[in-house]
Amino acid sequence: MDDKIRHILEILENDARASPEEIATLTGMSPQEVTQTISKLEETGVIRHYKTIVDWDLVGENYVYAVIELKVTLERNQGYQAIAERIYKFPEVRSVRLLSGDYDISLTVRGKSMKDVAFFVAEKIATLDQVQSTSTHFVLKTYKEDGVILHEPEAIKRLPVSF
Amino acid sequence: MRPPCDPSKFVAETVRSVPPSGIRRFFDLVSGLEDIISLGVGEPDFITPWHIREMCIHSLEKGQTSYTSNYGLPELRDELTRTYYRRYGLDYDPASEILVTTGVSEALDIAVRAVVNPGDEVIVVQPAYVAYVPAVVLAGGKPVIVSTHRDDEFSLTAEALKPAITSKTKAIILNFPNNPTGAIMGQEGLEDIADLVVENDLFVISDEVYECLTYEGTHVPFSSLEGMKERTVMLNGFSKAYAMTGLRLGFAMGAPEIIRSMMMIHQYSMLCAPITAQVGAIEALRNGKEEMERMVREYDRRRNFVVRGFNRIGLDCCNPKGAFYAFPYIGDTGLSSSEFAERLLNDKKVVTIPGDVFGEAGEGFLRCAYAASMDDLKKAIDRMGDFVDGLKR
Repeated sequence: MDDKIRHILEILENDARASPEEIATLTGMSPQEVTQTISKLEETGVIRHYKTIVDWDLVGENYVYAVIELKVTLERNQGYQAIAERIYKFPEVRSVRLLSGDYDISLTVRGKSMKDVAFFVAEKIATLDQVQSTSTHFVLKTYKEDGVILHEPEAIKRLPVSF
Repeated sequence: MRPPCDPSKFVAETVRSVPPSGIRRFFDLVSGLEDIISLGVGEPDFITPWHIREMCIHSLEKGQTSYTSNYGLPELRDELTRTYYRRYGLDYDPASEILVTTGVSEALDIAVRAVVNPGDEVIVVQPAYVAYVPAVVLAGGKPVIVSTHRDDEFSLTAEALKPAITSKTKAIILNFPNNPTGAIMGQEGLEDIADLVVENDLFVISDEVYECLTYEGTHVPFSSLEGMKERTVMLNGFSKAYAMTGLRLGFAMGAPEIIRSMMMIHQYSMLCAPITAQVGAIEALRNGKEEMERMVREYDRRRNFVVRGFNRIGLDCCNPKGAFYAFPYIGDTGLSSSEFAERLLNDKKVVTIPGDVFGEAGEGFLRCAYAASMDDLKKAIDRMGDFVDGLKR
């Protein structure tokens, strides 16, 4: 990979709002060059999406999250893709992953209450023909999300002057 | 009654003859102030990567708290041999050509003491890290200063070095990538120095602790030049590359005769480097490349940011190709380095280090460490811009 592309991706992965001017200053490129490179990265799908990590708790929106493990049976002429597509279309479903091991598919579901999530799983997921069994694990606390530590303890202080 | 006593009379003359550090006063000035932004540090703002800390913790849990070989843990020396062979094709024997030390500071002290006889001259290339001159003085040697200049991007030229060499010159201390200027030296420039070293039969103490923080071009160890391995002791460590400053771990690589002599001093003064840090260092060499490169890329971006920033606010700053220091020129403001740094601190609460702390050749410059968060760097440049504007009015 081109060094400049790596720099741009690392900057944006860390701060999606970094402007082309800022990125130009950090990488020694011109703003035009940065804009063009980013457009190309967007067009080719290297950059998928820009989003914000929100701590909903702090505005009183107490979402409930759960990790759901699914065992599925595949039907003729249908791979995992088909079942994944059926599932990821529900807006309650935040992530869908195919796993190796005891379970086949893992979902993250977000709801307004535990009841909400439980009903969603019982009515929408468990009832799908291909789904053999579900196992629901409610999230009690999130410590780190997508590489971001949510409540980091205070940083250690360095000496202000040293050689 | 026994008479009172002034204990200062017991202090040895060599210690007295060490010039006072200009930084001490500055440190006192800073200590009372709140809300300061510091570009005055000589260490990474990253914490040691977790996998390294975790290995140190694990070793403590297992009870690995004993002395090690005077030379350092054999596994660590093996890893060092492998690492330097892989990076540069250098071939150091782990049994006789590597000594693990308590930071590069100790390695410097014992390297100088191992080769300097009383009265020997040792060339120190300034602007330089503050410990070189005292190390020579404490060993009974005579430091001879050679200056580098902005016009040469602070690299050492043979023309500058030549007149400083006398029949008494024993050694030369090199430091590239350089603290405080950020200068590096490529193969070509170093070959010229190597020619002079052979011509005058000198020894080279090469402090390469910023080796991994080279942003343009590639680092060239002095010992990798033809015929230089026997004449060079390379001093290096884990502080800068792996953000392990407080763990205090360095090493020296050189000819068996030199390493054995250094070990003679080390075994009686230090015995061995701390074992926990040595365990961390093994992990750093085995699995730390990715994290280290990630930190280096981050420094590189900050470097671009501060160099552009200084030039934008009217402080001429040449491009530092290594370490994590920018060295802008402030001579045009009419202030001396220490006046500038002191007023900047008092007026704008930004800590920088006046260049003259690193020798006369540093007068007119300011050492600004960009091992600080982007937020702090942005604020610091803005405040320094206001300060410079204020001086013009």
